[in-house]
Amino acid sequence: MTYLPPQVDIDDNAALTVDDLAAMLTRMAEIRALEDEIQRAFTQNLVRGSTHLCTGQEACVVGACAALREDGDPGDAMVCTYRGHGAVVAMGAPLDRSFAEVLGRSSGLCRGKGGSMHLTDTSVGAYGSFAIVGAHLPIAVGLGLAAKHTGSRAVALCFFGDGSTNIGAFHESLNLAAIWKLPVVFFCENNLYGEYSAIRTTTPIERLSDRAAAYAMPGVQVDGNDVVAVRAITGVAVRRARAGEGPTLIEALTYRHRGHSRTDPATYRPAGELETWKEYDPIGRLDRLLLRRGISEQAVEEIHAAARASVTSAVAAATAHDEPGIELLVEDVYA
Amino acid sequence: MSQVTYREAIRRALADALAADPRVLVLGEDIGAAGGVFKATAGLSDEFGSDRVRDTPISEQAIIGATIGSALKGLRPVAELMFADFAAVCFDQIANQMAKYRYMTGGQVSVPATVRLVNGAGNGFGSQHSQAVENWFLGFPGLIVVTPGCVADAYGLLRAAIADENPVLYFEHKGLYNIKGELPDSAPAMQLGKASVVRQGTDATVVATQLMRQRVEEAAEVLAADGIDIEVVDPRTLLPLDITTIGASVDKTNNLVVVQESSAAGSWGATVVASVVTAHFESLDAAPVLLSAPDTPIPYAGDLEQAWLPSTGRITDAIRKLLAR
Repeated sequence: MTYLPPQVDIDDNAALTVDDLAAMLTRMAEIRALEDEIQRAFTQNLVRGSTHLCTGQEACVVGACAALREDGDPGDAMVCTYRGHGAVVAMGAPLDRSFAEVLGRSSGLCRGKGGSMHLTDTSVGAYGSFAIVGAHLPIAVGLGLAAKHTGSRAVALCFFGDGSTNIGAFHESLNLAAIWKLPVVFFCENNLYGEYSAIRTTTPIERLSDRAAAYAMPGVQVDGNDVVAVRAITGVAVRRARAGEGPTLIEALTYRHRGHSRTDPATYRPAGELETWKEYDPIGRLDRLLLRRGISEQAVEEIHAAARASVTSAVAAATAHDEPGIELLVEDVYA
Repeated sequence: MSQVTYREAIRRALADALAADPRVLVLGEDIGAAGGVFKATAGLSDEFGSDRVRDTPISEQAIIGATIGSALKGLRPVAELMFADFAAVCFDQIANQMAKYRYMTGGQVSVPATVRLVNGAGNGFGSQHSQAVENWFLGFPGLIVVTPGCVADAYGLLRAAIADENPVLYFEHKGLYNIKGELPDSAPAMQLGKASVVRQGTDATVVATQLMRQRVEEAAEVLAADGIDIEVVDPRTLLPLDITTIGASVDKTNNLVVVQESSAAGSWGATVVASVVTAHFESLDAAPVLLSAPDTPIPYAGDLEQAWLPSTGRITDAIRKLLAR
C-alpha cells in the first residue's frame, strides 16, 4: 500500500453548513446506489459492453463539482472519463436519463448512442465522458480557451485517472493551458491503479501532483476520500482560474472498491487492501461528520433512504422507457 | 475580379472570416509571428492580434483538442497542421473525438471546427512531409473532408468550412500555393458536398482533385488537340462524396477514369470506382481506370518522386488506351 489517508475521521470546515454537507451526502449516496444498480443490471444482461464504476470515489466528483458550482458561471464545463457516471450525476444530470443511457434507451442522455462510457449532458455543463485515456484533457483546454476568448469567467473542470498522467495528451494539455493561462482545473483521481497495474509500477514518482512543476502551475495533493477537503482545495483552484491566474493540477488520493471494469475481479490487489480502504470510505466519513455536527443517526439514515428511493424510482422509470427506434441509427451524424 | 494565388485565396478567406465573425480564431504552429511555414497566414497576427491568431507549441493533440473544446462552446476555431502527415500524431483527436462527438452525445452539440492540413507531394519533402492523407479519414462519418483544387475553391470552400456546423478537414495542396486564378472581389458562398464539373466533355469522365486535377486539365488540352474530348470532374468534397454529379457525368460519357495522388488501397478513388460500378454499371462502355501512385512510400530524389506521382503523360496515355478499345 503506497498511501492511506492520515486519519479515519475527516476534519470539519466551518465554511460549510449542515445543508451543504447534507446535499453532498445525498449526491454521494445517489451515486453509490446508482452504481450498485448499474452493476445489478449488468449481471442481468441489461447493460451491453462494459461498465467502469466509481464506487468508493464519490467524494472526488461530488466535492469538486460542488466547488465549481459555488459562485458558478453558466458557461462552466466538466469533462471526465469512462468511469464517469458519478461526475455527470454530480453536475446535476437526471438519474433516470443517466440510467436510461446505460441501458441504451432512447430517453437516455445521449438517446442511447453513447452508453455507459459516454454519458454527456451539456445542459448541466457535463461536456462528455471520454473512453480513450487522456483524450479529453486537450478538449478541456479548448473549453478553457473558449472562456478566455469570450472574456467569460467560466472554468473547465477536467477529471482523469492516475493512468492518464503517462499519456502524451496529459503533458501537451498542461503545457498549453499553462502558457495560455487558461481557466482549467486538472483533477486527477489517483485510485492507485491504472487499469490492472499499480501506479507505483508504471510511474517513477511518488506524487503525481509533482508533475505540475514541469508546467509552472500549482500542484496539490488532497485526501480524495474527504469530500470537505476536496471541495476546499478545488475551490481554491476554481477561484484562481476565474481570476485569470491559470490552471491547477489537483491529485486526489482515492480508491475504487470494484475492479477496473465489469470483467475485472481485481485479484491483483494485495489481501486486505480493499478492507482497509473501506474504513476510509468517503460516505461513512461524511456520515460521521454530520453526526459530529449534532445531526441524529435517524436524520442521516433518512438522507440515505431518500437517495436510495430516488435511484430506485429512476431505475424503474428508465427500465420502462423505450428502446431506440431504428430510425435513430442515421440521425445526429451531421448537423 | 482579380488574379490571386491559391495561397492568397486561403489567406484572404481566413482574413475575411476573422473580420466577419468574432467567434473565429486561428491556431497552429508558427502561424502567427512567422506567418506560417507556407505563408498562408502571413500578416494575420498583425491584423487581428495574437489572441485571435495564436501560435502554439509543437503539440498536435493539444491543438486539435483545443479546437474541439472551443468549438463545443460555440467558437469557430481554425487549426493548422503544418504538414498533413502530422495528423497521425493527433489521429485520436480527429478520428475518435472530433468525428464522433455529435453522434455519441445524441446530437446535443455540434463541433463547428475547421482543420487546415497541408497536403501533397512534388516538392521534395520526403516520405513524412509529402503525403496526401485525406484517405485516412474517409471512414469517419461525422467529418467533412474537402480538397480544394483551384483558387476559387480554395477561398470558397474555406469560408464554407468555417461557417459549417460540422467539423471540416480542409486539405490544401502545397504544390498549388503558387497557381493563379480568378477570385471575385465578393466571392459567393460555396456549398460543401458538391462536386464541380470543371470541363465539359463527351468521351470520358475524368475525376481528380488538387494537383492531379491540375494535371488532368493539362491532359485535357493535350487530348483536345487530338480530338479527344474529356469531361473533368473535381469532387471537391470527398466525405460525404457527391456521387450524383460523378454518376451523371458517367451516364453522359460512358467512361470513367479516376486519377489520384496516393496508393489505390482504401482510397477515395477506389470508392468512386466502386460507387459508379455498382450504381451506373449499365452506363459504362469499359472497365473504369483507377490511376494511382505505386504502393511505396514517397521517395525523396526528384526523379523518383516525379515517377511516383501520376504525370500528365501517364494520364493522357491511360485515357487514350481506354478510348482505343
